[in-house]
Amino acid sequence: MNAVARVKDAALAALVAAVLALPLLGFATIDTGGPLGISTRFDYVAYAALAVFVGRLVFMALVDLWRERQMDSAREAAHDPGKPDRMAQIGKLADRWLLPLMIGFAIVLPFLPFADRTVVDLATVVLIYVMLGWGLNIVVGLAGLLDLGYVAFYAVGAYSYALLQMHFGFGFWEALPLAGLFAAFFGVLLGFPVLRLRGDYLAIVTLGFGEIVRIILLNWQKVTGGPAGISGIQRPSFFGFPFSADPPAGKTAFHDLLGIEYSSIHRIIFLYYLILLLALITSLFTARIRRLPVGRAWEALREDEIACKALGINPTNTKLTAFAIGAMFGGFAGCFFATRQGFISPESFTFIESAVILAIVVLGGMGSQAGIVLAATLLTLLPEIAREFALFRMLAFGMAMVLIMVWRPQGLLAHREPTIKLKPKGAS
Amino acid sequence: MNAPLLQVEHLTMRFGGLVAVDDVSFSAAPRQITAIIGPNGAGKTTVFNCIAGFYKPSVGRLALRRDSRQYLLERMQGHHIAHHARVARTFQNIRLFAKMTVLENLIVAQHNRLMLASGYTALGLFGWPAYRRAERDAVEKARYWLDRIDLTGVADMPAASLPYGGQRRLEIARAMCTDPVLLCLDEPAAGLNPRESHELNELLIFIRDSHDCGLLLIEHDMGVVMQISDHIVVLDYGRKISDGSPQKVRNDPAVIRAYLGDEEDGAGYKSGGAS
Ligand SMILES: Nc1ncnc2c1ncn2[C@@H]1O[C@H](COP(=O)(O)OP(=O)(O)OP(=O)(O)O)[C@@H](O)[C@H]1O
Ligand SMILES: [Mg+2]
Repeated sequence: MNAVARVKDAALAALVAAVLALPLLGFATIDTGGPLGISTRFDYVAYAALAVFVGRLVFMALVDLWRERQMDSAREAAHDPGKPDRMAQIGKLADRWLLPLMIGFAIVLPFLPFADRTVVDLATVVLIYVMLGWGLNIVVGLAGLLDLGYVAFYAVGAYSYALLQMHFGFGFWEALPLAGLFAAFFGVLLGFPVLRLRGDYLAIVTLGFGEIVRIILLNWQKVTGGPAGISGIQRPSFFGFPFSADPPAGKTAFHDLLGIEYSSIHRIIFLYYLILLLALITSLFTARIRRLPVGRAWEALREDEIACKALGINPTNTKLTAFAIGAMFGGFAGCFFATRQGFISPESFTFIESAVILAIVVLGGMGSQAGIVLAATLLTLLPEIAREFALFRMLAFGMAMVLIMVWRPQGLLAHREPTIKLKPKGAS
Repeated sequence: MNAPLLQVEHLTMRFGGLVAVDDVSFSAAPRQITAIIGPNGAGKTTVFNCIAGFYKPSVGRLALRRDSRQYLLERMQGHHIAHHARVARTFQNIRLFAKMTVLENLIVAQHNRLMLASGYTALGLFGWPAYRRAERDAVEKARYWLDRIDLTGVADMPAASLPYGGQRRLEIARAMCTDPVLLCLDEPAAGLNPRESHELNELLIFIRDSHDCGLLLIEHDMGVVMQISDHIVVLDYGRKISDGSPQKVRNDPAVIRAYLGDEEDGAGYKSGGAS
C-alpha cells in the first residue's frame, strides 16, 4: 500500500469511528434537577476519530510488515523445504529434556522447603488441568476432532464417583474404572451423532453436548441434587487407612500406620501424588497408543478421512474410539476431582472449563506433552498469583488465542515425532 | 480368456439432472491393465468412485471375483470394499497423510491386519510379542515397496516433503500395501516428467506381473496408455463409445471423433498429456 492509500484507508476508518462515536460519545445526559438534559461532547468524538485514524495507520503498517515477513519466510521455506521449523525444534527438545525434568520436579515438590499446604494444593489443581489437557489432546491433537464439550466427561466422571459412593458405598479405587467407563460411554454417545461433522460444526455440537450434560445435572434434582450438588463425598483413604486424627473404630489411621504425628497435610500430599500418578498414566498411555494401529489411524484420519476409507480403515469406529478414550481420561480426572473436593455441583462444569482445557491444548501445541504442562501451569497459576488479574483473565485468554491462531495455529510448541522409524536393513 | 476380475454392468450415476455415467458396461481381467480413457468430464473418476464405494450407483451392478467368491461392490461401504473385496485406489489429486512420514503412510495402509494382531489395541498396549512380530512384518513389507519406488532414503521424512513424483509413487505403494486384487489408479502419470513417467510404466507392469493384481487405469497420456494397457475402455459424455485392444481403439472412428471433435479444431488430444 502506498502512502495515499494508507491515509485514505485510515480516514475511512476514522469516519466510521466518528459515526459510531456520535451517538455513543457525542451526547451525555445530565441531571438538571427535573427531566434529564442532554449536553454535547463533540470534542470526544473528534478525539475518538483521531485515535482511530492514528491507530489504523499504525495497525496497517504493522500488518503489512508482518505479511512481508511471512512472505519472506515462505519464500525461504520454498527454497529449502527440508528446513525444520524452529518452534517445532524447541518443542521436540522440550519433550525430550524438559518433560523428564518437570516430572522429577513434580515428584519431589511436596518435600521442598517452600511446599506448604497452599503450594501443594495449587500444584494439584495444575496437575488436574495437565491431565485434562493430555486427555483432550487425544481427541483434538491426535484425532483432529475439535471438542468444545470436554468438561461434560469430567462431570460424568465426578458424578459417577459421587453417586456410586453415595448409593453403593464404592471407594475411590473401585469407582475409578467405572467412572472412566461411564465417561467413555458418554464419549461414544456424543460420537455417534457427530460422526459426519468436521471442524466448526463438530465444535458447535460438542459445545451443545457439554451444555446439555450440565443442564441435566442442574435439573435432574432427584439424582444429582440439582444446583445444590452432592456434598459429603467420601475423602480418599490411603488404601483403606483413613487420613484422620481419630479414625473410626476398627480402622488404623494413616499416621498411626507410619508411626508419625497426625497432620492434615498428609491427605493433601496423598491427593497430589494420586493426580500425579493419574496424569503420568495418561501421558504414558498416549505415548504408547500413538504407536499402535489405532493411534496411527487417528492421525491418518486427521490428515485425510477419504484416503483412510480407501485403505479399509473404518472411520466410524476409529473416531468413536478416539472420543471414548479421550472421554475416559476426562472421567478419571472427574473422579479424582470429586474425591478431592468432597463436594460437586454443576457450577464446576461450565463451558469456561472446556474453553480453558482447549486453550491449554491449543496454546501448548498439539502433540507437545511439555507444552501442555507449561500452558496448564500458566493458565491456572496466573489468575492465582495475580488476583486482580482474574478480572482480565478471559480478555487475556482471548487475546492470546487470537495471537496464537494468527502466528502459529498448530500451537506454540507443536511438533510431531514419527511413531516408527525405518531401521537400516539387518539392524534390529 | 479367464473369468473377469471385475464386471461392471449397466453402471449409471446421476447427480440430480446430470448423468455423469450412462449405462456403462465393461470388464477388467485379472493380471491385466485395463485403461479407461476419455476427454475431461467424461465420467472416468465417477466410475472409480462407484467401484471404490465412494458413490452409490444410481443403477448397475459391480461384481468383483476374488478367490472364487463374488463381492457385489454396489452394496458395500467404501472401507469394506478396500478391506474385504480388496480394491485399492489412488486419487486424481493426491491424498497422502501429509504430516505423517513416508513409512507411516505405508504402515497405516496395513491397518486392518495390524489391528487384529494388536488384539484391537488391548494386547498391543502391553507389547504382546505377536503384535511386535506383525509390526516388524509390516515394516518389511513397507521396505519392499520403498525399495521398489526408490524412496527408502526418505522413509522417515513427512510425506508432504516429497517432490510431486515421489508423492505419486508413494500413493501407489500405499495402495499396494493393502494387498489388493484390483488396483485403481486415477491419472498416475499426471504431472510427471518423461523419465518419471517411464519409471511409472515399469512399476505398473511389475505390479501386474508379479503381484497377481489387476489394474484399472485412468490416464490422459496416450503414450502411456497405448504402451502398457492390455485393454482400453473409452468414455465420452458418460457413455462408453469404444472397448477393446489398444490397436482396435486407436483406429476406432468413434474415438477419433470424440477426441478431435467433429470438424472443429479439437487440437491436441492425439498428442496426449493435455492435463
Ligand atoms: N459429486 C458430484 N456431484 C455433481 N456432479 C459431479 C460429481 N462428481 C462428478 N460430477 C460431474 O460428473 C461429470 C464427470 O466427472 P468426472 O470427474 O467423473 O470426469 P473425469 O472423466 O474424471 O474428468 P477428468 O478427466 O477431468 O478428471 C462432470 O460433469 C462432473 O462435473
Ligand atoms: Mg477425473
